[in-house]
Amino acid sequence: MRFFSALVMAAAIATPAMAETVLIRDGRVVTNGAAGIIENGDVLIVDGRITAVGASIAPLRGARVVEAQGRFVTPGAFAAMSELGLSEISGSGAPNDADMDGDLVAAAADSSAAFNPAVTAVAVTRIEGVTRAAIAPSQTSGLFGGRGALVSLSGEPDSVFRRNAFMVVELGETGASRAGGSRAALWPAFEAALRDAREYPNRYRSGQGGAVLNEIDAAAVQPFARGQGMFLVHAESAADIRRVIGYQRANPSLRFAIHGGAEAWQVASELARARIPVILDPLANLPDRFERLSARLDNAALLEDAGVTFAIAPAPGAVDAHQARLVLQLAGNAVANGLSWDAAFAAVSRTPAEIFGVGAQLGRLERNYLADVVIWDGDPLQVTSAPTAVFIEGVEQPLISRQTRLRDRYNPTRNR
Amino acid sequence: MHLRPFIVLAAGLSLAACATTPAIDPAEGATRSPFASTYEPAPSVPTLIRGATVFDGEGAELANADVLMQDGRISAVGNNLAAPAGATIIDASGRFVTPGIIDAHSHLGAYPSPSINATSDGNELTQPNTAEVWVEHSVWPQDPGFDRAVAGGITTLHVLPGSGNLFGGRGVTLRPVLDAITVQEMKFPGAPQTLKMACGENPARVYGSRNSSPATGMGNVAGYRQAFANAERYARRARNAAEGNGDPPDRDLELETLAGVLNGDILLQWHCYRADEMANAIEVSHEFDFQISAFHHAVEAYKIGDLLREEGICSAMWADWWGFKIEAYDGIRENIPFVHAAGACAIVHSDSEVGIQRLNQEAAKALADGRRAGVEISRAEAWTWLSRNPARALGIAEETGTLTPGRRADVVIWSADPLSSYAVAERVFIDGAQIYQRDADTDPASDFELGQSYTERAQ
Repeated sequence: MRFFSALVMAAAIATPAMAETVLIRDGRVVTNGAAGIIENGDVLIVDGRITAVGASIAPLRGARVVEAQGRFVTPGAFAAMSELGLSEISGSGAPNDADMDGDLVAAAADSSAAFNPAVTAVAVTRIEGVTRAAIAPSQTSGLFGGRGALVSLSGEPDSVFRRNAFMVVELGETGASRAGGSRAALWPAFEAALRDAREYPNRYRSGQGGAVLNEIDAAAVQPFARGQGMFLVHAESAADIRRVIGYQRANPSLRFAIHGGAEAWQVASELARARIPVILDPLANLPDRFERLSARLDNAALLEDAGVTFAIAPAPGAVDAHQARLVLQLAGNAVANGLSWDAAFAAVSRTPAEIFGVGAQLGRLERNYLADVVIWDGDPLQVTSAPTAVFIEGVEQPLISRQTRLRDRYNPTRNR
Repeated sequence: MHLRPFIVLAAGLSLAACATTPAIDPAEGATRSPFASTYEPAPSVPTLIRGATVFDGEGAELANADVLMQDGRISAVGNNLAAPAGATIIDASGRFVTPGIIDAHSHLGAYPSPSINATSDGNELTQPNTAEVWVEHSVWPQDPGFDRAVAGGITTLHVLPGSGNLFGGRGVTLRPVLDAITVQEMKFPGAPQTLKMACGENPARVYGSRNSSPATGMGNVAGYRQAFANAERYARRARNAAEGNGDPPDRDLELETLAGVLNGDILLQWHCYRADEMANAIEVSHEFDFQISAFHHAVEAYKIGDLLREEGICSAMWADWWGFKIEAYDGIRENIPFVHAAGACAIVHSDSEVGIQRLNQEAAKALADGRRAGVEISRAEAWTWLSRNPARALGIAEETGTLTPGRRADVVIWSADPLSSYAVAERVFIDGAQIYQRDADTDPASDFELGQSYTERAQ
């Protein structure tokens, strides 16, 4: 009998819950859309999508009703840059798919091929209300970091929902150091790489080869060099960002976003005009790098004032495989330094989806959006808050991780 | 929260604040210890903070309370205090008042901003025992990080050398004196010196990769034991000589530090993640009869809360760092509250120039996660993790860490409940003098930042 119930338990854990019809009732519904925040609002989920949002929605037959009791109900958070799912343990000589030396493959590195939905950190992050992430590995050489992917944190085998979502490129201090030590070499090298990519495969078949890129990388860069994908540029200083803006102006078919952007506030109006979005770190306020000498805590608030599109995530160098859950704390700190709450929450949910081209499906609680929905026990941007329920595409996720199992094993308030 | 692998490697420091020379002092005729503190409190006026919610640092919360500071000390805490003649009165209604935060684990000044090869000055990775070095000799007082830390409510910080050695060297307890030109001006007067030691992966990796000892956990422990055995002999010869029996040993700066640990003058701060390695370290302390002040990082302290309580050892911890190496794999968000629940001494530390700016948020996380797990903790009790308990681990609890009358007036006025994401420090006092006010239009404190056209060409 005991054996039987253990089997049932195991099956319950191993089998994903089916997407059900769920009515979340009486929440403080953060739609991230035109409806703004709906007090005492309801959200109806059918077949993994949101079918209705508003006040007093009648429950469908068979719908499970979840009472939110006035709590925050929000779209799932979207970690705008992470190494989540790329390593179980980052250091200690453990296998780590987030770190590459780029000797064989650099730009062509495909993070979707490395993402493992079973990595412990996925569940650890999911139970904190993060349901999506943009992931990319870190290269230790070269200008190109490789191709990023967009992933769900469902833990399911089909978690990668967009491959080749962006191409990471180093066009700041790090890029300069890898291009022979100077930005003077960096930009010609970058331009030559784009030429290689555009002229792939002809120059490779003719035997001419690439000036900068090997054949594998040239093939990977080609769609981005033709404007069919976005370059995610690591740049921090106002001077470096201005070069990106200028290059984009001269090459209007190319698409860029800035990751880092510690000095973006200095070029905010230019960024707004160029419609180049920024993924910034609201905690970056130290002149720890020479490209970040004017980093300041109200960077996000200043970009908001100027009308720049921005998302919030750790800066290059601070991105890691284990703490993507902290994006909500980062956003809360932006609020403490002048950013509006609505923009801060959007910067870790709607805006990342929009920057990465999935804003019509994710990041809002609106009809036809994928039902990534989180119910919180408090303000989601407060460090003291935690989810009480997490839905990904309509499937309620167990609030269990390896960490909660350790917690329960060692909890001193329980009899052991 | 920003895991910088280099800093993680360098996680641990020791304090060398009062520059007491332990046991042996060959500097005959010296009128002053070398590198002694020259700290002077900033000028202060009697100040009455009125009408705040006060966390007293001992675990009590007082509503609508006043805090009176006079002559650099806490003079009184209570309701409806009378202002002395000429006192500055600050209306703090709706605000929160706490003891200043003490970070038990910082590398500011030793790994300053900007971070480049020449400024990476925090770990003498040349041999596994560098007990002879003092991190204060690497501290650059112009590090802009000090100024950012003050804005986060820091009034005292303990700077340690890195963790790549078994014995990293002496640490130092500092005041963030923002106009200090010398490190001596920052040294907390009378604070005991500390020694940084390290367990685990870091020393074994650094020296194992050089094909020298230690390369393993057992090599680490052998290294500790042999060093303390040597220090015992050194201390005995010195003691005998002082009693007129034989010559003193030749002065040895390395053994001098370890002898200071054995006689209790130097407080041991031990970087150690895993429960089993902390237990081994405790065995070493029993074998050589010394006290461990605090384990730093102590990611698995929650597994041995009872042992840590019985041994009287504090644990200086992060709220939620984990997974960046295998000895941090079992990190849980309830580490701090579980150590607290066991009756052991829990400390929230940063080990980060970013984290030091918002340690109150780390305590808030630990409080909330502990409560969700069933641990009953008040918010005023949680504040003991930020001020009283680190003061204990650093041997300065008689001077600071609580709002007890007579203690140094190290006080922060917060805009809101500081156990939250939105609260900011509005005013910071050290020794009764206001050293920070939010939104004050002042030049940057650090000479490094003064006149940077980058910052001055704002839109």
